[in-house]
Amino acid sequence: MRNKQLVYPYIPNSVPATKAAMLQAVGAKSMEDFYADIPESIRFRGRLNLPEPLLSEAALVRHVEGLLAKNQSTREVLSFLGAGCAPHHVPAVCDEVNSRSEFLTAYAGEPYEDHGRFQALFEYESMMGELLNMDVVNVPVYDGFQASATALRMAGRITGRSLALLPATVMPDKLSKIRDYLRPDMQVALVAFDEATGLMDLSDLQKQINAQTAAVLIENPSYLGFLETQAEQIGQIAHENGALFVVDVDPITLGVINPPVAYGGDIVCGDIQSLGMHMNFGGGHAGFIATRDEEKFVMEFPSRLFGIATTRVEGEYGFGDVAYERTSFAVREEGKEWVGTAAALWGITAGVYLALMGPQGMRELGEGIMQRVRYAVSKLNQAPGVKTRFPNTPHFKEFVVDFNATGRTVQQINDALQLKGIFGGKDLSAEFPSLGQCALYCVTEVHTQADIDRLVQAIEEAVR
Amino acid sequence: MTHSPVKKLGAPKAVAPKPALRRFHQARWDEPIIFELSVAGQRGVLPPEPEAAIVETAGDVFDNVPASLQRKHPPALPEMAQLHVLRHYLRLSQENLGVDLNIDVGQGTCTMKYSPKVNDQLARSHRLTELHPLQPLSTVQGILEVMYRLEGMLKEISGMDRVTLQPGAGSAAIYTNVSMIRAYHEARGEGQQRTEVITTSFSHPSNAAAAKVAGYRIITLPPDADGYPDFEALKAAVSERTAALLITNPEDTGIFNPRIEAFVELVHSVGGLCSYDQANANGILGITRAREAGFDVCHFNLHKTFSTPHACGGPAAGACGVTEAIAPFLPTPTIEFDGTRYYLDYNRPQSIGKIRPWYGVAPNLLRAYAWIMSLGADGLREVAEVAVLNNNYLMHNVLKIRGASAPYAKGKRRIEQVRYSWEQLSEETGVHSEEIGYRAADFGTHYWTSHHPFVVPEPMTLEPTESYSQQDLDEYIRILNHIAEEAYTDPEIIHTAPHNSTVHRIDQESFDDPEAWAVTWRAYQRKLKKSQES
Repeated sequence: MRNKQLVYPYIPNSVPATKAAMLQAVGAKSMEDFYADIPESIRFRGRLNLPEPLLSEAALVRHVEGLLAKNQSTREVLSFLGAGCAPHHVPAVCDEVNSRSEFLTAYAGEPYEDHGRFQALFEYESMMGELLNMDVVNVPVYDGFQASATALRMAGRITGRSLALLPATVMPDKLSKIRDYLRPDMQVALVAFDEATGLMDLSDLQKQINAQTAAVLIENPSYLGFLETQAEQIGQIAHENGALFVVDVDPITLGVINPPVAYGGDIVCGDIQSLGMHMNFGGGHAGFIATRDEEKFVMEFPSRLFGIATTRVEGEYGFGDVAYERTSFAVREEGKEWVGTAAALWGITAGVYLALMGPQGMRELGEGIMQRVRYAVSKLNQAPGVKTRFPNTPHFKEFVVDFNATGRTVQQINDALQLKGIFGGKDLSAEFPSLGQCALYCVTEVHTQADIDRLVQAIEEAVR
Repeated sequence: MTHSPVKKLGAPKAVAPKPALRRFHQARWDEPIIFELSVAGQRGVLPPEPEAAIVETAGDVFDNVPASLQRKHPPALPEMAQLHVLRHYLRLSQENLGVDLNIDVGQGTCTMKYSPKVNDQLARSHRLTELHPLQPLSTVQGILEVMYRLEGMLKEISGMDRVTLQPGAGSAAIYTNVSMIRAYHEARGEGQQRTEVITTSFSHPSNAAAAKVAGYRIITLPPDADGYPDFEALKAAVSERTAALLITNPEDTGIFNPRIEAFVELVHSVGGLCSYDQANANGILGITRAREAGFDVCHFNLHKTFSTPHACGGPAAGACGVTEAIAPFLPTPTIEFDGTRYYLDYNRPQSIGKIRPWYGVAPNLLRAYAWIMSLGADGLREVAEVAVLNNNYLMHNVLKIRGASAPYAKGKRRIEQVRYSWEQLSEETGVHSEEIGYRAADFGTHYWTSHHPFVVPEPMTLEPTESYSQQDLDEYIRILNHIAEEAYTDPEIIHTAPHNSTVHRIDQESFDDPEAWAVTWRAYQRKLKKSQES
């Protein structure tokens, strides 16, 4: 039964006396007066069939924590899962800043009441700009998938062409998003890869590239973990054919790996989850897009771009929207794609992360990850029947482990690992049938030598 | 010198009552840009070092990396000690005005309600934050159950048959709906024929913009004399080319369109589908649903109606509800329950595929679930009713302010928000709506004009939600009233506002000049140097 006297903590005016006074103030007899325009035919007259509420905070906490207790997290289980959602250490200050009410609960204020948000996001753009050696970086889009899809649409608009060439090793889920997003205006074709190295087959690229090619996109590192060592040549081939070179990059590599602009990247995009966001069951993503500071590029961004300016008072930095008239906020469907709420707080957080890490931290982190990967690869190759794929190609944090010679499926091995408190790598057998029983493993700075040794031993036992 | 232990005043010195208007001043830390705080050599965090055996085994990890891929010059990031990074960002945070600090009724259409702290706390559990999306299903049953149950609740609230929680926010949800509509028509062999999407002037710009991205020509219905989407214009617009109508009800005016069924029927009669933008459904929870009004698809913004924090503009979360006929086209995977365990279903051959990585913005899905669980059916209805009561109370008082009006539907009640106009005030004083917003900042409040184009002249859109008390609303009205009085008596104070903010009026010219705009600190430095050299 509905309790008419119930006062809700989140609804101050649910106090009956207040309601009565306010109704009287506006000359209404009851709440029903306000809904007089809603025809009876579409009124919902029942009571929503929802679970009985947990009115006290204590009961709510007990219930939700009870549900969460059914999960086992990567704190309890040693995990080597990556595949686009990476386990990196999140510095405490990142969480401290993004938990602040002032940031967490703000939205779309002007740069007067929300100066802090504008400055923090300008600084995010600026620190990403240093990482990428590029002058223009957007306020984040939803995720790396969206960033790649929009980067390709930008390339289509800039070149007036309609074909996007992607490596056949591209992350299949991302490809799904890109196909859906480009479909009305652009075609997507895949360029074959070399089974031995994983690298793009340049002769196939030469074969497929044509006068309609707007962009050649590579992932660097690729979904399968290797670095595309021919990136510079791929960029040259793109440019010789009048196409743009779009590089989808994991920004956490860039303390040690050259930013794409150094090897010809025109539009650089990616996901910033690795820069200070928890994995959050896949809910920690945000995307970036970066270009040179040329009008023809800048005017094709759909996103907000926060710029710096003077104010009426000396010594004050002010901020605002650069080239706002290109956005859907300004001109609806005449704008570039659309702009809306996306993932700004993760941008602020990535800025905090980069400021904490500094140049030295990014270098040490990158080198340390590559060292751990080399170690893991070296150890795994000693396990009977186990070898890692693309052995002569450099890797950053992910690599493909080939179990074909063990006589076991990846699923069998992962089941055995789980019994030992380990999440093995992502099973690639459905996404890349040509690889057979292969798994994608991820090793980062969170892994110790003991962790890797434990994994190797468990795999040895699983394949025995 | 000796101290007397007591001084005799006889009574406490009375503190004068607070003035009617808050003497607010925003924090003003005069904070440099972070690069200016850099001190060579300082460190903020240290990454864990690999063990000696790892370093030894690895050797030179760059020995097979071509020179073109090796970074020779480290990125010029700031070098700062940890406290100094923290302090910089805390200062910036103080120069920002979250919902938790103000009477945030001025950001109409955005449903700036209270986001309960307990839900934030729950979302920070390591049993959510440290979950990888590819873990074995047996280890993520808890979060899958939350998502499954949330889908069930949103099905009930919308009346729809299935809900996807995958979109990252509202505009992504609009796009998801249009993409499913496109797939539906294509599956029926009508993809080539149906090339047009109809929307309305008072709908969110993303309805038009996302449908355009999906390949459609956009037809926009203007408001009629009463402020409703023009039904005659819809009659003229519908045809065998119509793919869909994307419509909001109530629109940003807060006026409920009582003929909505006729709109839906007309579009259905030519084979088009109808999409209900319920980004903001705050005033009608439990009152009217997409199902009863005949819609094929709808979407909610969980960061609006369902209380997840707005986070400076995301991460947010969107949810799309669909009828059985559209369900085959939902993004993959769907979340299913077989009676004993929750699982992900990828085997959906007609699906539009992926809209974003994985399954949605999980921490916000958890928050929305917890919010609904804390209120239940009666609580949601209370949310709607009080939000609407607050809105009508606010309107009743705003309309007493000199120079303010609420165009359309004179004398009618509104649902959850109102688009007002300062046209009269502007004509009489030369003060524009935008400037009223700058002045409102001086009193510690947000204020927003409205989406472009300004169909209503000199617009202001207020939406008080259920979160604010009568006293809060009275304070906001006092602020607006004061500013309106200033417009008539001392407009200069508004033309030069803000006066109590972190910064003063910003010079806008550079933002549209490619030679002067600067989106990064490096671009700013480069362009300054160039201009100083020339």
